[in-house]
Amino acid sequence: MPVADRAVEARPGLGVGVSAPRVDGTPKALGAFAYGSDLWVEGMLFGGTLRSPHPSARIVSIDVSGAIVLPGVRRVMTAADLPAKRRYGLDVADQPVLAEDVVRYVGEPVAIVAADTPETAREAVAAIRVEYEPLPAVTDMEAALRPDAPRVSELGNVLRHIRIVHGDADAEADVWVEGYYEIGMQDQAPLGPEAGLAIPAADGGVDLHVSTQWLHSDLWQIAPCLGLPEDRVRLHLAGVGGAFGAREDLHMQIHACLLALATGRPVKFSYGREESFHGHVHRHPARMWFRTGARRDGTLVNTQARILLDGGAYTSSSPAVILNASTFAAGPYEMPNARIEGTAVYTNNPPAGAMRGFGAVQACFAHEAQMDRLAAALGMDPLELRRRNLLHTGSVLPTGQVIHGSAPAREVLERCVALPGPADPAPGERDPLLLPGGAGNVGRGEHVRRGVGYALGYKNIAYSEGFDDSCEAVVRLECDPDGVVASVHTAAVEVGQGLHTVLAQIVRTELGVDRVVQLQADTAVGSAGSTSASRQTVMAGGAVELACSRVREHLFARAAARAGAGAGFQGPFRLSDGHVFSGDTPLGRVEDLLDTPLEATEVYRHRPTNRLDGRGQGEPHLMFAFGAMRAVVDVDEDLGLVRVVQLAGVQDVGRALNPRGVASQIEGGAAQGLGLALLEEIQLRDGHIANASFTDYLLPTILDMPPVVSDVVEEPEPGSPYGAKGVGEGSTIVATAAVAAALRAATGRELNRVPVTPDDLAGLAGPRTSAGPAPVPDVPGPRPVYEYR
Amino acid sequence: MLIRLNVNGEWREADVWPGSSLLSVLRDDLGLWGTKNACEQGECGSCSAWLDGELVASCLVLAAQADGRRVETIESLGREGELHPVQEAFLDAGAVQCGFCTPGFEVAVTDLLRHDPHPSDETIREALAGNLCRCTGYQKIVDAVHLAADRMSEAPR
Repeated sequence: MPVADRAVEARPGLGVGVSAPRVDGTPKALGAFAYGSDLWVEGMLFGGTLRSPHPSARIVSIDVSGAIVLPGVRRVMTAADLPAKRRYGLDVADQPVLAEDVVRYVGEPVAIVAADTPETAREAVAAIRVEYEPLPAVTDMEAALRPDAPRVSELGNVLRHIRIVHGDADAEADVWVEGYYEIGMQDQAPLGPEAGLAIPAADGGVDLHVSTQWLHSDLWQIAPCLGLPEDRVRLHLAGVGGAFGAREDLHMQIHACLLALATGRPVKFSYGREESFHGHVHRHPARMWFRTGARRDGTLVNTQARILLDGGAYTSSSPAVILNASTFAAGPYEMPNARIEGTAVYTNNPPAGAMRGFGAVQACFAHEAQMDRLAAALGMDPLELRRRNLLHTGSVLPTGQVIHGSAPAREVLERCVALPGPADPAPGERDPLLLPGGAGNVGRGEHVRRGVGYALGYKNIAYSEGFDDSCEAVVRLECDPDGVVASVHTAAVEVGQGLHTVLAQIVRTELGVDRVVQLQADTAVGSAGSTSASRQTVMAGGAVELACSRVREHLFARAAARAGAGAGFQGPFRLSDGHVFSGDTPLGRVEDLLDTPLEATEVYRHRPTNRLDGRGQGEPHLMFAFGAMRAVVDVDEDLGLVRVVQLAGVQDVGRALNPRGVASQIEGGAAQGLGLALLEEIQLRDGHIANASFTDYLLPTILDMPPVVSDVVEEPEPGSPYGAKGVGEGSTIVATAAVAAALRAATGRELNRVPVTPDDLAGLAGPRTSAGPAPVPDVPGPRPVYEYR
Repeated sequence: MLIRLNVNGEWREADVWPGSSLLSVLRDDLGLWGTKNACEQGECGSCSAWLDGELVASCLVLAAQADGRRVETIESLGREGELHPVQEAFLDAGAVQCGFCTPGFEVAVTDLLRHDPHPSDETIREALAGNLCRCTGYQKIVDAVHLAADRMSEAPR
């Protein structure tokens, strides 16, 4: 939005465009910020969950008698005790609140208890006897597609299939490259565990304080399972210790509410780390078969992609994840012809759902490896090949969608190339701490090779496929003994990314006030939509901006009226230095105009999108954000150890509303991408998680993370508040692919699976092989997307 | 069992289950929620505290081991309006996002700066390798350590 249009003079201070300090910074720095796991109320009970030890089994019998007789146990519940709706889910209500006749994954909740102490709750869980009859389990995503595979879901094993046929899908090319790629199951691993406190209320309802990503989606799923109208289930946001997608699905919410209502006492759940690994969805493991064709001059001609995602036992957000993986499969390049077949399947593995990057991470790993492969086959520089084919405003995507908004892919790539690189390794004696593996390197670095790799990617911002995406905000302007103060109330969830700080910045800019109070997010206001899909800066920011404009209109109207209706003050009005002006005529001090508060409630909606047709054509996405990353790595080829020397990332952000917050997102997102490239994988053995702890699931430490240098491209997105795009996912999408590219450059090895292991790098394990693309399921085309309500 | 420990300068008593950790006593019995529980295996450093001046993962210390000893937690560092320089540096450097790891990091950084007032990047990374952060990518935490080191050496003693 041009500054000239603004009704508020640009002011120094902490408005939009400034690296304002966090509104929640001081309590967080003091250790005084209350997360879900810190909640406490007198007389509360502690919840516990009995989970399935089998990936697939029939429940023959459940005997809770041993648990209920333990002193201090107040309640035990199984599926037989459920009062109302028995299933819930984001897209499809297919997930049992408590398992009924069968269990479909290891970790599925079977029974819940409430007891006086956490120890008693654990004892009670252990005292419940369940007799299971194990059933054949489908724990391999390709096996799920075989005609004779056991059916995991009543809906069949094909969760969703996306078919995109674009241009002449059989178009011939001069040069083809072919690749097979695998991605392991990554965990979001937010440090704050799943936790919340349900408090029964006098009206027969319940108040739930919980760490989540979307309060209203939780509400809409919880209330029917309690048999309560929505106005008697009130959600309040507890402090969120990171989310990254792990909190999009319900975990302990319904269980805590059920037990609180059944006992009449507050009930708290707080998962330990092992339970957390079983209690939330994970990033989809993927298998991908790609053929990419180009002309001799490097012009891309055709992509043939077959993508398979393991959705696990229940639907969760898999329909949207496979849409993303499929629609972004060709990468941020003009691709005139394409055939993309994407399938998410049900298996008896733990459910997969949202994680930062949401399908685009998997696609980027494959399309960027293909670009490097193609460059090698053409004898071209990999950056040159990319430059020749970049998307831009006006480009047509494989879905037929035309990019009408900003698409500065070229600027993003060039700025990334221009970022300063690391110093070359000093000749002579190396500092042993700087060898791959650091102090753990038992060699002398005789065969340390440096490699540099680039990756480029893009992703949609906000919800797609016709979803009615909205956010409500209430802004109030008033005067208290300390002067003018604005308060802002939304249900938008702060997960650590800095949203609430940005909302306060918007209020300062729009209303010219310094003091902004952020009210706690809860369901007393309308839905804010999810804190996911990099959408809240645009959506909640848009809603707050709208509400501020309306408050300003009220203020101007009041000022004009008080100045005397006959005086003819018609505007244009403006706010400056705490005064309302009509042109150059001051109409009054804002403070004096606020003898009664002014308040406005507004809902922001983005432009509609639509669904794909049977050939995968349509306009499914709202806007796109591009990212690029360069990785520099040192690999010790003898030991298979890696030191990532530097990551250099550039993101297309529309406009940086809080530049330091944007840099923080780029840095943190890069760390999660690096983790997937080198360390992080949930090891599944016949459906069991073999490494459900931070001892065995390896998160990047400060020793694994190199310095990150970053830059942003600010090309405003038309129609978006302040021209902003979301910033949460870009670096995660490209970091994994960039690190993999650098490892390939250092070693000359294929490295077609992430996380890359020391065995892969030392040549003890070869590239993963496949008998060929998974068969395409016989479905008519993309199935309709289920409504969230 | 009954234990008595000096927490942040004050003698406190708690009646604890013999298997309880120091972390559990701090959080569940003494209401000191600033020390966080994220892994209960000594892998993440969120529960960092001092036991007789020694930096420990309080989840790996039995409550009984702390009997009769001196414990300092994040709550000993600063208070509203009176932040510790390390806490201020974390905010000013942008090293806080979700904040769950922040108290543990601040305790570990304070401990590092007591031993080495001007640590190099490599020393900082070695010293903080026992603390996990899932949000920041650590860059701004390294910045915060340098910022705190500079400010603390300038401050009048």
